[in-house]
Order: sequence, then structure tokens, then C-alpha cells
Amino acid sequence: MSGMANSTDTATVAPAPPRARATTGRRGNTLLRHVLIATVVGVVVVIATYQIEPFRNYQLATIGAYLCVLPGLILLTGFTGQISLGHGALMAAGAYTVALTPDLPFLFSLLAGVLVATVLGAVIGVAAARLHGPYLAGATLAVAVSVPAVTTTFDGLFGGDAGLTFAVSPAPASLGAYFPFERWQAWITLLGAAVVMLLLANLVRSRFGRTLRAVRDDEVAASLAGIHVGRVRVLAFVLSAAGAGLGGGMFALLAQSVSPGAYGLTLSLNLMLAIVLGGLGGLRGAVWGAIVLVALQPLADWATSGLDADPALQQRLEGTLPLAIFGAALIVVMTTAPGGLDALVTRALRRLRGARRSDPAAR
Amino acid sequence: MFRIARRGVAVAAALALVVSAAACSEDSPGGNGAAVPGVTDTSILVGTHQPLTGRAAAGYSKISAATKAYFDYVNEKGGVNGRKIEYKVVDDAYNPAKTQEVVRQLVLQDKVFAILNGLGTPTHGGVLDFLKTNKVPDLFVSSGSALFNQPSKYPSTFGFNVDYVTESKVLANYVKKTFPGRKVCFFGQNDDFGTDALKGVETVLGPVAAKQNYVPTNTNVAPQVGALKAAGCQVNVLATITPFTALTLGTAAKLGYRAQWVGSSVGGDFVGLSALLGKPAPLLLEGYVTSGYLPSPLDEANPWTKLFKDINTKYNGNTPFEVNTLFGMAVGYTFVQALQAAGKDLTRSSLLEAIEKGGFEGPSLVPMRYSKDDHSGFSGTQISVIKGGKQALVDTPYVTDTGSGPVEPYTGTPATPPSSGIPAA
Amino acid sequence: MDRFLFLTMDGVTRGTIYAAFALALVLIWRGTRVVNFAQGAMAVATVYIAYSVSGATGSYWLGFASALVGAALLGAVIELVVARRVHDAPPLNAIVVAIGLVLFLQAVLGMIYTNEYLAFPAPFSQNAVFAGVSPYDVFVFGVVVALLGVLTWLFTRTPLGLRMRASAFAPEVSRLLGVDVALMRTLGWVLAAVVGSLAALLVIPTELGLHPTAMDDVFVAAFTAAVVGGLDSPAGAVLGGLIVGVLLSYVGGYVRSDATPLAVLGLLVVVLLVRPGGLFAVPSARRV
Repeated sequence: MSGMANSTDTATVAPAPPRARATTGRRGNTLLRHVLIATVVGVVVVIATYQIEPFRNYQLATIGAYLCVLPGLILLTGFTGQISLGHGALMAAGAYTVALTPDLPFLFSLLAGVLVATVLGAVIGVAAARLHGPYLAGATLAVAVSVPAVTTTFDGLFGGDAGLTFAVSPAPASLGAYFPFERWQAWITLLGAAVVMLLLANLVRSRFGRTLRAVRDDEVAASLAGIHVGRVRVLAFVLSAAGAGLGGGMFALLAQSVSPGAYGLTLSLNLMLAIVLGGLGGLRGAVWGAIVLVALQPLADWATSGLDADPALQQRLEGTLPLAIFGAALIVVMTTAPGGLDALVTRALRRLRGARRSDPAAR
Repeated sequence: MFRIARRGVAVAAALALVVSAAACSEDSPGGNGAAVPGVTDTSILVGTHQPLTGRAAAGYSKISAATKAYFDYVNEKGGVNGRKIEYKVVDDAYNPAKTQEVVRQLVLQDKVFAILNGLGTPTHGGVLDFLKTNKVPDLFVSSGSALFNQPSKYPSTFGFNVDYVTESKVLANYVKKTFPGRKVCFFGQNDDFGTDALKGVETVLGPVAAKQNYVPTNTNVAPQVGALKAAGCQVNVLATITPFTALTLGTAAKLGYRAQWVGSSVGGDFVGLSALLGKPAPLLLEGYVTSGYLPSPLDEANPWTKLFKDINTKYNGNTPFEVNTLFGMAVGYTFVQALQAAGKDLTRSSLLEAIEKGGFEGPSLVPMRYSKDDHSGFSGTQISVIKGGKQALVDTPYVTDTGSGPVEPYTGTPATPPSSGIPAA
Repeated sequence: MDRFLFLTMDGVTRGTIYAAFALALVLIWRGTRVVNFAQGAMAVATVYIAYSVSGATGSYWLGFASALVGAALLGAVIELVVARRVHDAPPLNAIVVAIGLVLFLQAVLGMIYTNEYLAFPAPFSQNAVFAGVSPYDVFVFGVVVALLGVLTWLFTRTPLGLRMRASAFAPEVSRLLGVDVALMRTLGWVLAAVVGSLAALLVIPTELGLHPTAMDDVFVAAFTAAVVGGLDSPAGAVLGGLIVGVLLSYVGGYVRSDATPLAVLGLLVVVLLVRPGGLFAVPSARRV
């Protein structure tokens, strides 16, 4: 952190890069700004991965994997208003593709996973484009529930209920003989997350982003304005499916194995919880959501670690107590902060800033 | 906007310097030092993943509590070679994704010495490679899948439960002798449990007359049971988990279908099934055939049952003493036995070598198979039949292999527990 | 032919229960525009009440009645304390709150009653008399038909029912006309909770037993049924429930059990492609 403070000091001395495309308007600026943010965050994270334990790296890697999926889901739900309970199944498509192509270089099997999920997403998206609210939720729920059925029906290919395991090549030797595998995992998933965030952040700022919001806010008005509503919805679904495929592939990398139980309804519901809890207002919500999903386990561990009751009582509370706390927390957060954690943080920051100078909040 | 950009580039440049510095710092080889992870002079930290919540928690959530109770008993008596055993149990809700997470926490963060009795095929199957890479002893997996007996591929993983093939061969052997000429059919879960069990049955009996399966998420088994009835099946071998055994028997009664039911040890004992079936249990369970490799928790005459029941009363809050409790205690006993065999200088490799030497004698009715080339647990089972509201052992235990080998009676004398209740060194 | 009849009757008896549970979902959807994902957990909680009361008194019917009373209270409390606060929030917030409720209720039930399956008996014989149909199945069928009758009567013939419908479809106008819309919404939750509890009381004796997660799979089937039938239509819920029940039975009996989720998915795709608002979709007035 002290490094941060130091470098902001140097900012005043560093010469500004020449702005060749300053005249191209907001779009160029946005792209540059996003690339810069991504670079800075990326560098910080890479440094961080050297400072922390393998388990923290694994957690960081998991956050990265979630961050491949969640932004697309926010695009779908937050920006076009479509509710999908089936993205766990799309992640399974990406994960199983990676698991079934262990001989390909990882990048290629990852891309293949994205491709498969995208195609699947296109099929579902086209079928779902006419559906609204709970009807879409119901249809995609059926998709999520079908994952185990598919894997056991074609168990010769997918390994049935027990799933598949596969070898993942370790970090390149040039990084050092004792380079922890978890750090390597973190690098890969976070790189994927950065790519997804960058692409979507630009997309949201573009004309297409405005189109998405127009469709969400008023379909009728949007179609009067010449927007092909169905096409926009399908496109959003396909984009989010691609992200889910990437995320699924990343999870396969993390686990070095796939099984239907890991990609069932629980995963789909968790994804939804994460984006709503994080905040559907912007892509930043995805970051909060991913952190929440990963923080759950340590929190559960903490909640039961102090438990030293008599064995009979302890048996009743182990496992159930963290779930009860999490459930209650979900209810409290949603009833007190409907905008999710992102809105909560923004509000807190604004209040802090407002205390200093009463400046009307700018978006 | 300009300002942000300028600042950003500067920050990045500065950080790049730091990262190149950080990258130079060498990573040290882990685990090669003198210290053994999770082991001190006074303690041994062991971890496990179990379903404590959700559907699979039924029954299974009692196992780890019982193991812990046994360790508490051992610790109170001074531990093993002066080391007390700490057992860290984490809930994975039988979700393979969750298992990934909690096992990494146990190994990387809590730095456990070994993973003990991790439960479930899809859950534990997913962490085998991780445990292998990190050279963590992966002992006594709570599953009968052949996945956990691959010494050449996973040298540090050992199974515990009798494997599904072996047990169903013993069951089929009993069917062959006791119900000759009857039409035998099969009903099983749609995973490795079902397929392995079917393999075992067909090894002994040849192709079954009809076979049906179920998915644990679909609780209507009437179509399948109706099909068995329509096919005229007289003896049905079940590879079902306890709730589904009860559901199957109930559904058969509902359909007025009388047949001989032969269930795996996974599918519940008299107590467990009675609790699920409620009032009509004695009627529905009459004649039910099952098998097991541990003494019955109801058999007070068995010295092992008595020992474990006493420990349960004192160290496990006097919770109901049932099959899973006894199983958990047996896991604890076997682990302590392995620690004793590994001796005072406990390391991960000394523990694995000690188990591969085998020769463990404990509460089981049959010998354990552990050797260099075999990492599976119990080698057979003994049939028991429910008659007049009581579950009674039949004949002697039978042992066999997972291939086409014969099913043979085991005539060795059962071990008796040491007076201290703790296996000797 | 025997097998066909058997599977059909088996499907109908299962479908009847899905229908009852789907009705509960439809009631809340019509009243508050919320799909109550916590319906299953709420219903299970009330069956545990019945379990405790029946166990203490030895009377099935006393337990039955206290479950329904408990359901009414639970429905009212959840509406007043929780659901009311997310009513004006985006629809997903309500779903997340409901999932929070599910986790909370299931965890608390696990603490009190443990995560073991408990035997919850049926009040009548479950042994089949004809084509796989038992006296208990007849009882279930009778209860669901009676329930449908009562609900139809309530919503079409009584002033209360009219007010509930009015406040659901046109809250602003109803408010102008002096209808206490908030009260009607609470009543909607109460009614739905009671219907859900009834469905759970009927279904659990035919299932694996009483468990905090006992209604999870029933919820999925019933939600599918409600979507197939059209979430605004009680008749649609019943038809949807029967279709799903019979389909599951046919696929389980003629194809294989683990293909059933695929069959349900196929059904949803076919129905929703033809009628995106379910079989009994109300023609939307909002379309331009």
C-alpha cells in the first residue's frame, strides 16, 4: 500500500503521454481509461500474488474465475432485465469442454469452451428471447437442473456423476522451479477476468450499452425507436454465455476436474445471488459479488471455529449455523440496501466526500 | 480524464519496478524442511470434508462427530506417542465445488498432516489430483468406489468402505445359494455405486432379468418398482442409499408387490430403515437381506460395540448410537492404529509405509486389504437377515476380490479390543 | 396396457400434488408479482410443526390443523417483516430475499430437528387398491379438488376475493376505491402459505421423509408446472401440474429415470415456444 502512495507522488513528475487521439471523442478516452485501470489493477494484483500464501492465491484465482462470468450476467440481468437461472449449465459447457480436450494447449481448450458455451447460449437465447421474468427464470431453471441428467445419460463421454479428472500443465519452468501452482492459476483466471471486464466495460459505454438499457427500461419505446428488441436480448444472452463458458473453463482449471454436482442449480443460484448482492447497477457489482462468493467459506469457518459447546449441541450447529447467518444476512442486506454492496459502498464514499465539500453527486 | 490517464501510467510504471523486484525473490521449495506439516511434538492436525448440511447430511453427518469423539477419548489417555489428535471437520454439503474449496483450505491454510475419511465419490474424486500434487496422505476415503484404490496413480490415497463390487458379489453369492432358480433383478442409483454393484452381481449370477435405476433428485420410484413387478422379479438386489431403500420398500408395498429384497450396506440397517419407514417398518422389513463389515450397533455382546458405545456416551454427548456412529469410531480406531504403526518419528511417508505394510486388526468382521498394490479397505462382508424384528448375522463373513475370483468364507477369528480401547504400538 | 394405465395413474397422483403446490406459487404471483422461492422451505417448516404436534398428541389431524394455522402465521409474519420491504425493489431482490429465507429456514430446522429424515405418516392406507391408486391417493385427489373449488369460490363469489384480485391487478385504482391493498397483499401471502403447507402435508408421506430440503425438488417441479400452465392462472397451475406429473411418470417408466429432467426441459421449450406466457396465458393488455 505504501508503494501506492509513493507512486501517486511521482505522478506529478511523470510526463503525460502525448494524446494523439484526443479528438476522437469520449469513446477513445473510455477505452484508454479502462486499459489503464486494468493495467494498474493488474500490476498491483501480480505483486500481491507474490506476497500472499498459496491459499490466498487460490481464493484470488476463484475470484478471477467468478469475474469471468459475473460481468456478463450483470450485462444480461442488470442491463437487459433478463433473469437467468441457467448460467451454471453454460459454465458446465465450458468446463466439460476443457476437461475433454486435455491434449490441446490450455488457451485453445479454453477458447473451445467459450465457443461451445456461446453456441449453447445462442440456442437458449433465441428460444428465450420472447420470454419474460419468471417464464425465462423457469425455462433456464430447467436448463440448470438438466446438467446432471445430460452427464449421466451420456456417461461414456462425460463420466456420469463422478465426472472427469484431467491433467493441467504446471506453470512454465521459466518462472522458477518452485513457482506455486496456485499463483499460476490466479494469474490465468485474473487475466481472463481482466479481458472480460475490459471488453464489457467498453461495450456498456458504447451505443450498444445504451441500446441495452433502452430495452430494459421500456421495450415498447425501444422498439418504436427502431431497436430490434429480440435481437438485442439474444445478443446479450450470447455475450453472457461466452463469459460463462470462459468462467467454467477457469473453474475446470482450478479444480483439475469436473463433475455435474459442481455445476448444478446451487451454482446458478449462487451466481444470481452474487450479482444482486454485488449490485446490478454496474459492472463493479461483479467484483463485490465475486468477493462475497469467495469470502463465504472463511466466514463460515470463522463462525463455527469459536464453537466449543457440548458435542450434541455442536453437531446441531456445525454447518447449519453459518447457513443461518448467511441467510439472515442476505435478507438484511437486500431489505436495507436494495442496490447491493456497490450502491452501499458508493453511498458511503459519497457521504465521506460530501462531508468534505458539498458537491452534487456526479455520475 | 487526462489526469486519471496520466496518473494511471505513472502508477503503472512505478509498480512495474516493484513487480520486477518482487519477481526476483525466489520461491522456496515447500515441505522439504525438517517440520512435518500439521505435526508437532504434542499434536497432530488432521482434516476432513463431510456433508453436515443438505440432503446427504442425513446419517452421514454423524460419522465425523463419532471419529472426533474417539480421538477425544484417545487424547484424554495421553494421545498417540504424546501427540494429541486435532480433527478439523468442514462442511462441503456434498457439493464437489465446495469440496475443492474446503480441502484447499485444510491443506494450504490449516496445513493439515492428512485428510481423513473425506466422504463421497464425486466430492472426493475431484480433489485426488490436488492431494497427490501436495503429497498429502489421503486416508480411508468414505466411499466404496474403485476410484480410491489406484496405488500406481494415486499412491497416497486409501479407501476404507468395502468396495461396491466386492459387497455385491457377496450378496449375489448368498442369493445364488439361498434362492436358486428365482428370477433376480437389480435396482440401483445412476452413478458408480449402481454400476459397480451391478457389475458385481452379474459377475456371480450372470445377466440379471431386469434392471432399473433412479436419480436421487427424483423421489418417485413407482415407475421403476412397477417395472420390476411387471417383469416378474422375485429377488431384487438394491444399490440404493438409505432413504431410497425405504422409499423402494414402501412403494413396493403400496403396489402390492411382494419380493425378496437384498440391499447393500450403504442402503441402511434395521434401525435406520425402521426410523424412515415408521409404523409399518417391522412388516416391510421382514426378511430383508443386507450385509456389513462392522459389528451391529445393537449387538451389545460384541466387545467392540460395547467399547464404542461407552465412548459415545462419554465423549459424543450420548447422541443416538447407530451404524454411522460405529463407522466413525472404526475410522478413528484405524487411524490411530496407523499412527501407532508409523512410530514416534511421524512423517507423511512413514505413515503411508505403515499402512502399506497392512496387518491391521480392528472392529471389522473381515480383514482389511491394505498392501503395496492394494489400497482398498475391507475385503468382504457378512450377510444379515431381519427376522421377527431383529437383524441377525448369518453364516460366516465372506471375502472375495473385485474381479472374477471366487467368493469364499472367511474363517479367521475376530480380534478383540485392547483393554485400553486404544490400539497398541 | 396395464403398464400404461398404471403409469398414467401414478403420474396423475403425483401431478395432483405438484398442482397444489403450483397453486400456492400462482396465488402469490397473482397477489404480489413475486415468485416465492421460499415456498418450499416455508411449507416444510409447517410440516415440522405437524410432526411435533402429532408426536406430542398422537393425533394426525391435530398436527394437520396446527400446520395450517402455523402456515397462516408464518405467511403473515414473512410478508409483514420481509416481503413488504422488497415489494418495490427490482424483482430479483425479492428472489434473493426468498433464497435467504430458504437458507435460514432450512438451517434453523436442521438445528432443531437435525438433518435426518424423519418418518411422517399418511392418515390413510397407502396400499394400492386399483391400478396403483391407494385410499391415500384418493384423499389427496379429493383435497386438491376441494381446494380448487374453495379458491374459485373465494376469488369469484366473495367480496374479499374480489378485493384481493383487484388489488393485485390494479393496486392504484383499488386504493382509490378504498381497498386496503397492503392488507390484501398480506392475506395473499397467508393464503399461499396455507395452500403450500397443505401441499407439503400431502406430498411428504409419499416422499423420502421429512427433511429440511424435502420440498426442494417438488418446488422445481411445481414451478415448472406453474410456468407451463401460466403463472396467472390457477386452472393453468392444475393442468400444468398434471402434465408434469404424467410426463415424469411416462419418462421414468418407459425411458429411464435419469432422463426426466431433460423431458421437463423439452416440455418447457415446446410449450413456451408456442405460448411464451404459458398454456393459460392471459392476453396482455400492456402490449401496444
